[in-house]
Amino acid sequence: MSAILTSPPAARPHESPGLWMLAWRRLRHDRVGMLSLAIVVFFLGLMAASYFGLVASDWSKEKGVSYANPSFLAGQENLEARNMAERRAAVKAPPVDLSDVDPLAPRYKEWAERAAKIAVTEVKRSETLPFGGDKWGRDVLKKAIKGSEVSIFVGLASALLATFIGTVLGAFAGYWGGKVNDLLEWFYNIFTSIPYILLILAFAAVATATGKFGKGIVPIVLILSLTGWTGIYRLIRAEYIKHCNREYVKAAQAIGASNASRMFHHILPNVSHVALVQLSQYTVGFIKAEVILSFLGFGVPVDMVSWGTMLAEAQNELVIGKWWQLAAAGASMAVLVTAFSLLTDSLRDALDPKLK
Amino acid sequence: MTAYVIRRIWQMIPTILGVILLIFILFNWVGGDPAQVLAGKISNPDQIANIRKQLGVDQPYWYQLWVFVKQVFTFDFGRSWSTNELVSHIILTRVGPTLTVMLPCLAITSTLAVLFAVMVAYVRGTVTDRGIMIVCTVAMSVSFLVYIIVFQWLFGFVLGWFPVQGWSESFWKNLTYYAPLPIMLAVFVGLAPELRLYRSFFLDEINQDYVRTARAKGVPEKKVMLKHVMRNALIPILTNLAILLPGIFVGSFLLEVFFSIPGLGREVVTAVNRSDFPVIKAVTVYLAIITMIINLLVDVLYKLVDPRVSFK
Repeated sequence: MSAILTSPPAARPHESPGLWMLAWRRLRHDRVGMLSLAIVVFFLGLMAASYFGLVASDWSKEKGVSYANPSFLAGQENLEARNMAERRAAVKAPPVDLSDVDPLAPRYKEWAERAAKIAVTEVKRSETLPFGGDKWGRDVLKKAIKGSEVSIFVGLASALLATFIGTVLGAFAGYWGGKVNDLLEWFYNIFTSIPYILLILAFAAVATATGKFGKGIVPIVLILSLTGWTGIYRLIRAEYIKHCNREYVKAAQAIGASNASRMFHHILPNVSHVALVQLSQYTVGFIKAEVILSFLGFGVPVDMVSWGTMLAEAQNELVIGKWWQLAAAGASMAVLVTAFSLLTDSLRDALDPKLK
Repeated sequence: MTAYVIRRIWQMIPTILGVILLIFILFNWVGGDPAQVLAGKISNPDQIANIRKQLGVDQPYWYQLWVFVKQVFTFDFGRSWSTNELVSHIILTRVGPTLTVMLPCLAITSTLAVLFAVMVAYVRGTVTDRGIMIVCTVAMSVSFLVYIIVFQWLFGFVLGWFPVQGWSESFWKNLTYYAPLPIMLAVFVGLAPELRLYRSFFLDEINQDYVRTARAKGVPEKKVMLKHVMRNALIPILTNLAILLPGIFVGSFLLEVFFSIPGLGREVVTAVNRSDFPVIKAVTVYLAIITMIINLLVDVLYKLVDPRVSFK
């Protein structure tokens, strides 16, 4: 017996797989999970490509006529574009001759010469765009890609921040207990006793009135994460309470690991799967919330395009029969959110098979 | 029992004070001085000083906090900063329309969700079950905004079955003429997540020992589902309803905005747009208090429904 114990183990051909490896193996056998993962990765790639200007960098160029038809509806009549063209033609028509009464008449010739020197290139606006155009003739497809960049980034960033806040606070409350726990529970009770949507709107009111939350997409990320940390806080706290008296933590204490090391180096990896599933769930929720807040005008600024601002524009377009902007924003969001929700379920199953 | 209720009310006090403090920090300290916003871009220093004095934001923080606490407990939040209407009047007149839409909506959604959940749980594991679950997941992924825009356009504009938007003075006309489309929308959107959740509650109960016992002694499956499983699954379902209940006071603010329903939700959105702090502060604080009271009532109800729950 002792011989077995003392002899150094031979080179191990098979390292026993860890939690993440096992989870990945389980996930690989989950066809729905892998498909959703592929879709989510595709959208994330699109977001990155759009951010670095590889795709849709010219989304704001007005390439088509107003409300250009999608290519597959090329023949359909476009009243709005015709009205616009007529208005443009009317502007170009020679103005009424006022030279007999206008005191500036002698300078007409000089102006005409100067105007002739400025080269005006008339851009030919195309009648159709791949998935139609918006009011200003911008390509809806490119707009949706650019919009997904903003919407997904806001969703991810606020989910990461909320998960971070919730995990740190939950770790402290669960690990220390006592007074720390009481204080953090008090915070938790305060935040959860206010209906969630009112809490968001209250933060949004202060953010829009004072501008103290920063510029661009910073306010909405802060609003969503500062109001949304409570769910994960509760879960992580429960996990820490469960873990902090386990043997491996006692062992870590015995070899002199500090409190901080025990909290974040020993326990955290063992509860991180809970945080990951929550992160995924939060991203879905926050993407949906961003769309609604941007629609109401409390989200991303008006000069940025997100799925929410696209839907806000699309609201009035449907009545005049221009459905493509609504379809583009609504469908791309629905596909991503469906994939993300299914991925969340698969992740939960893969990481915690006992739950199934 | 009485001791339990008294202790719970006693425990509510620090939370209520915390909510007051949070709102105060948010609006009076971070929000700071909205005089500039209210006076507009063209304004002289005198005007701003005057507004500051009127709003009381030139006072030290401890005094402002005292004023705020007094406002909460005397139900007197003064007047709206933008319309000069009494805040208490705003809240009292806007609650009616919100509840006209949200109460029927909550009742219909929960009834339908429980019924469908029992049916889906009954055929659990079959293609029908999986199909319905996939439909629910997809339905939940479409933004509420898209549903509203499409339904309003389809049923209000194209088919003309319902008015596109509007509200009247008469309760019956509102309930039978203006409210049906918003209610239908809210039910349609609320059904999928509730159905999924309640199905999981039923499935949790189906694997319990008492169900096996009931089956073993020959109780027909339908009776097992409707009598044994249903009664026990109703406990988490009631908890979920209790969580949803405080939300009906703000209503679905999106529906109110789209359908021009003069409810509390739309009022809050307008107030956020106008930086009308007193309205938001009042609504937030009172709804937090209502939420706490509802939670207490639900916990007491538990004891009546489920004798296993003990007051500790």
